Amino acid sequence: MTFPSVLFERPEGRPGAEAPGEPACFADLNLDQVVDAITARKDVYGLKPFFYTPLRDAETILYRHEVMWDLEDGALMACVKAFAEQMIIVRRYLALVEKLDFHYHREGWFLEAALVYCGAVSDLERDLGLAHLRSRGLSAFREYVTSYVQSQAFQSLRTEALEVKHGLSTLEYSVSVRRDTVKVRQYEGEVDYSAEVDKTFERFRQGAVKDYRLDLYKGAGMNHIEAQILDFVARLHPAQFAALDRFCAGHGEFVDDAIRSFDREIQFYVAYLDFIAGIKRKGLGFCYPQVSAARRDVYCCEAFDLALANSPLFRERPVICNDFFLEGPERVIVVSGPNQGGKTTFARMFGQLHYLAGLGCPVPGSEARLFLFDQIVTHFERVEDIRNLRGKLQDDLVRIHDILDRATPDTILILNEIFASTTLEDAVFLSKEIMAKVMDLDLLCVWVTFIDELSSLSAKTVSMVSTTVPENPAMRTFKIVRKPADGLAYALSIAEKHRLTFEQIRERIRP
Amino acid sequence: MKVFLMYRDRDFHSKQEPPPDQQVLSQEVERILRMHRDRDLGSKQELPSTQQALIQDLELGTLFEAMAQGDRFVYGVSREAVLIGLTDPDRIRYRQEILKDCLKNPAVVREIYSIPIQAIESKRHHWMWISCSYPSGILNSAIEMLAMFVALLKKLRGIADQHAHRFESEGFGRFFAMIQEELTDDYFALMDDHLRRLAFRSGVLISGKPGKGNEGTDYVLRRPNHQGQPWMKRVTAKRSRVYSFRLDPRDEHGARALGEFVGRGINLVANAAAQAADHIDSFFNILYMELAFYVGCMNLSEQLAQLGEPIAFSEPATAGERRHSFVGLYDVCLALTMKRQVVGNDVNADGKELFVITGANQGGKSVFLRSVGLAQLMMQCGMFVPAESFCANVCTGLFTHYKREEDSSMESGKFDEELGRMSAIVDKIAPDCMVLFNESFAATNEREGSEIARQIVTALLERRIKVLYVTHLYELAHGFHKRKTANAIFLRAERQADGTRTFKLAEGEPLQTSYGQDLYDGIFGEEN
Repeated sequence: MTFPSVLFERPEGRPGAEAPGEPACFADLNLDQVVDAITARKDVYGLKPFFYTPLRDAETILYRHEVMWDLEDGALMACVKAFAEQMIIVRRYLALVEKLDFHYHREGWFLEAALVYCGAVSDLERDLGLAHLRSRGLSAFREYVTSYVQSQAFQSLRTEALEVKHGLSTLEYSVSVRRDTVKVRQYEGEVDYSAEVDKTFERFRQGAVKDYRLDLYKGAGMNHIEAQILDFVARLHPAQFAALDRFCAGHGEFVDDAIRSFDREIQFYVAYLDFIAGIKRKGLGFCYPQVSAARRDVYCCEAFDLALANSPLFRERPVICNDFFLEGPERVIVVSGPNQGGKTTFARMFGQLHYLAGLGCPVPGSEARLFLFDQIVTHFERVEDIRNLRGKLQDDLVRIHDILDRATPDTILILNEIFASTTLEDAVFLSKEIMAKVMDLDLLCVWVTFIDELSSLSAKTVSMVSTTVPENPAMRTFKIVRKPADGLAYALSIAEKHRLTFEQIRERIRP
Repeated sequence: MKVFLMYRDRDFHSKQEPPPDQQVLSQEVERILRMHRDRDLGSKQELPSTQQALIQDLELGTLFEAMAQGDRFVYGVSREAVLIGLTDPDRIRYRQEILKDCLKNPAVVREIYSIPIQAIESKRHHWMWISCSYPSGILNSAIEMLAMFVALLKKLRGIADQHAHRFESEGFGRFFAMIQEELTDDYFALMDDHLRRLAFRSGVLISGKPGKGNEGTDYVLRRPNHQGQPWMKRVTAKRSRVYSFRLDPRDEHGARALGEFVGRGINLVANAAAQAADHIDSFFNILYMELAFYVGCMNLSEQLAQLGEPIAFSEPATAGERRHSFVGLYDVCLALTMKRQVVGNDVNADGKELFVITGANQGGKSVFLRSVGLAQLMMQCGMFVPAESFCANVCTGLFTHYKREEDSSMESGKFDEELGRMSAIVDKIAPDCMVLFNESFAATNEREGSEIARQIVTALLERRIKVLYVTHLYELAHGFHKRKTANAIFLRAERQADGTRTFKLAEGEPLQTSYGQDLYDGIFGEEN
């Protein structure tokens, strides 16, 4: 019996042997930070290829949602994590075996690895049996693991490992050391001398004293003296050690392939759910979005920027949530308004939401319908370089041209303050030209710009504006709301930046 | 083995909580020593501000110096004992009985006191400490220290054998009985045997099991079964097969590995020996600390005897009662400073909760107030009191609120500062506490001061707090008198008809003047 995958219902979707690289939009959307945070301390699983492979198939996304729903049951999650921890130990022991020098030492650790593996698989089988599973992915895996545990191969592995271990663990020997002579013989019931000493001085006990037991653990390993003692112990007990030899010879690669890939793939879910659990503790919500490769009337309520929410800068500060929706012919959200008001964050958030939805993950927001894109293309303003104005505009245009060449109606386009360094006249002209092409493609786009005319070019554009506190225009709310751009807030904030407001000028020009 | 000379059922720590895990008790001694080094360096002490006020207002430094006689350790312990008094009369009596034994047998007590000092000095002179780098180092240093301690324990047994019969208190009775029961000749022989055996001259025997990865585990040091048996029996005993090897003399790595192996074997026994040494060390430290208090009391009593001043053991009443009656109560600090006998006071104020003390300037009001505070602290730490007889209820906390010189920090006005301190006291105060006010709240006009003081005092009384108030605020004093407060006693510094002062207080209603004119006349008299 074979089991395909907890990530892909059909084998076709799996990333091939050639691991995909980081998508180009990652840096602009800060998704690189998010994925780094999600996969932190999980390098061993090589999870990034999964995060680099968004899906376009709503059915597979639902397949993943189901697994996530199951794993949101804390008890099941705990079992899966316990399994993962055991498998880490198995791998550590097997890696150790490769490095060891002494025969029975090597075999000893091989046996430990097999014991931990058998325990991990048996526990997992039992725990999944008790769990109320609804997902196709985990249910299928449960079936697989049940039949695997009942298989002859697994049963003999487990029984033999336990027998051999039992035989060894009941041995007891004694070593006497006098100057340079070491003698090994069977233990003959000699009394514990440390306990005797302890008991003798017990009456002086006054309370807590320092613990003088040194931590003499020196890492797994064996020096030649210990190896020599072990050899003597093996000679004192030939039967038990012969059984160990037979066990090791009989069970080479004991880790099952499907178990191995489950152990890796389930971490995609574990890593993501663990990551968002930390964010949820701040009072921010996540939801399973509806996804569609056809409907462009996307929306999300109480959405937020996941990278921002995870940033240490926002450990204490609240993260502001925003809503958006597109309906009917609407395709392009034009974001304008005062600087430092959350416009870029909004644009990133729009991209992140779609990307995460494409992975089959819950997204940061309370309710959402999102579009299954073929690619997310971003163009964010690079660091300004005044010395190279003409060059920059040229670069911008070349890049935009490339972007529009590659774009399809299923592409999501995110533009942030392009043409910011040219003259207003040029910027308006160029922007309008680009906008015409964007609208032609009928693709979904978020366009952050200071050119508010763009927001009312046609029925396809929607205007959203970053807002300030009415009584104090310098104070940002970080709310981006759907309303016509009036240009006023923007003008005010520029004036303020230059200290040219009415009040400021009055302050500066004293009578 | 427990010392238990300060409490019937627990060790004396200068902090009342037991020390946290891992904290070696001897650190407590070091803490006190360190505290006094810091004190000598003039650094601020970590006492709560109310206790700092207590030390300043009652001139406790003088008392501690007299108890210490130059011994900083006695100073520290005495200070802790005095400041952290007892509130259970039974516990007070427990210490009083022990102190009576000490006063009867000063030489013996000082001889016992010298034993922990010898332990500390030996450790210092021979650079003894328990090395922590490897098990055999721990074991050897522990054995060395244990041998030194065992010799001192033998000495302690000797003192107990010779002098125990002369002690009558429960505390010393238990202490000596414990020494004699726990430290028998057989036990000393057993300890000596272990100390010899722990040298492991004939090698070590270690049992083990194959653990994870067949690495040896559960190493346990064993006492060989046949040690000490005749060789015939050893030879004929049925033994398992033996495999053995000898270390190549050039195999340095192997020698180190073998050393580590032995180290694992003796790790636990080294720990046992080191902890035993630590425990005995702690025992001596606690003995040192607890006796230091009594040595301080003995020092003080010897000085007072030289001055011809009386001492008495008080009768402590429970915190709920209202007792305060004494004969010949004098200010011990004044006597120590003046190095002569000073005037004592007799008062019967049983059932009283408010003492209003008025009268002549420099008539002994402050001295009286201080003598009451000092006696309270001395009684509650289990010491004798400076009086011919003294009976008072214990209080759950003693606070002083004295008029201060102008605050140099300019942070707040004087009256503001006074109220600030009062507020700090109120933060901490509880029923059955006692407050000594000395000229408090006089930094404003008499009416306001009186009214604020009245409200404060009335509230304190309401909360069953005993109040002693030295004041010139006539309205305040008179007000309490006029209202015929039943549980109040009014004391007045006496002045004889010719204006000279007796420094004695007598019951009497507050008078309008405080004889400031006398003072003025005394100082300006010649010019007039």
